[in-house]
Amino acid sequence: MSTTLEGYNFAYLDEATKRMIRRALLKAVAIPGHQIPFGAREMPLPYGWGTGGIQVTAAILGPTDTLKVIDQGADDTTNAISIRRFFTRVAGVATTEHTAEATVVQTRHRIPERLLREDQIIVYQVPQPEPLSRLEPRRTETKRLHALADYGLMHVRLYEDIARFGHIAKAYDYPVMVNGRYLMSPSPIPAFDNPKMHRMAALQLFGAGREKRIYAIPPYTDVRSLDFEDHPFRPIRAPHACALCASTDTYLDEVITDDAGGRLFVCSDTDHCAERQATAQEAAE
Amino acid sequence: MNGLTPGFADAGLTPGFADPVLDGQATFRAVLEAMSRPGRVQRAGSALRPPAPLNQAAAAVLLTLADADTGFAHDAGVAAEAWLRFHCGMPLVPGAQAAFVLATGTPPALASLAQGSEEEPQAGATLVLQVNALTEGTGWRLIGPGIETEHRLHVDGAPAGFVAAWAVNRASFPLGVDVVLCVGDRLAALPRTTMIAEG
Ligand SMILES: [Zn+2]
Repeated sequence: MSTTLEGYNFAYLDEATKRMIRRALLKAVAIPGHQIPFGAREMPLPYGWGTGGIQVTAAILGPTDTLKVIDQGADDTTNAISIRRFFTRVAGVATTEHTAEATVVQTRHRIPERLLREDQIIVYQVPQPEPLSRLEPRRTETKRLHALADYGLMHVRLYEDIARFGHIAKAYDYPVMVNGRYLMSPSPIPAFDNPKMHRMAALQLFGAGREKRIYAIPPYTDVRSLDFEDHPFRPIRAPHACALCASTDTYLDEVITDDAGGRLFVCSDTDHCAERQATAQEAAE
Repeated sequence: MNGLTPGFADAGLTPGFADPVLDGQATFRAVLEAMSRPGRVQRAGSALRPPAPLNQAAAAVLLTLADADTGFAHDAGVAAEAWLRFHCGMPLVPGAQAAFVLATGTPPALASLAQGSEEEPQAGATLVLQVNALTEGTGWRLIGPGIETEHRLHVDGAPAGFVAAWAVNRASFPLGVDVVLCVGDRLAALPRTTMIAEG
């Protein structure tokens, strides 16, 4: 461990804090989709940089792990690089940009395109863990609604969308029901990614730093996007092929290419796109 | 407190984890994996020499998760109690209030332990239950979150009437008790979501 920063405990957090987070994580797994409060610590990165996800990652990470950090699908944003460097310094763990090589993936705003495996854990950075927060700002009240599994407010909100727009106008953070019991925020991932959560082989952990809450989805657990019989949930993507790898089934970002309004669509998952391009090149050679 | 704190030898106690930070992390991942994949057997505490009747896996689980913030109840006798409280510092409380309950013999009824509340089901207890043997691929059929189709686990030394009591525990979801079964340096978990059918 000689490569880690002197003067810090392994993975930055003190052991009492890790125990507290670990106990919360185990109960979160036992009660899928239920938000559990935890005594979040100040981290050396500002809120909005994923302090909740970072604390969850710090509580689970060990020296044999390989960590991947993505932000909007990319490994090379300032946010992703900072978090990766942080864990290299305080835990000395190996890092990777390849989803297939990672044992722990910390993410903001995307789920990798490559199917995650049983030997992987995905940690989501969550800004607002309460799916009902915009409909009912009082935490005492949302706790009661979860206790009663009373999610009528959310159904009304989605149905109002259908009445106004003809479809549910929620492209991100589209609410899900976990194991048929708890309404859960999937964090601000595109609704396109929601189906990947359903019966995923990997364990899914969620950390909200500012709101100080943790929740989880065990492997192979039912995760259903809320919808209506006459308006079934449909994951949306831009109707284009990736300009770099020609994929027609991945989530795309629109990129402005010049001042004249030129634009193209490319995969948001940069590792997946690069892998597809490499495979295509090999096949051509 | 941890295994490196001076004084355990003076008190006639064997050490806790050789490396509390890394051994705690490894044990936590074993328990997290066990809780995430009910019935799959994990290893923990192989290097520990806890006083009888405490087994290695149960000792490792408690060293990793219990502390001054977690009420504890047990039936393991004075030597195990002294060892655990020296290394973890957990307060002793009545069984119905304990966050962690250790059973080395016949456990208390599941329904007598903390269940949590409708708003805070996470306050339900964790029962660390020592058994005689855990064998995968035979015995109970486990179904539920964490299990792709079904997982089989034979538990030698499960208390009489456990499957019926477990069905009641599961029916009260999201309230209820979660169980970590321990033998030697092996453990498997039953979160409150798991359905058990007898094989
Ligand atoms: Zn692409």
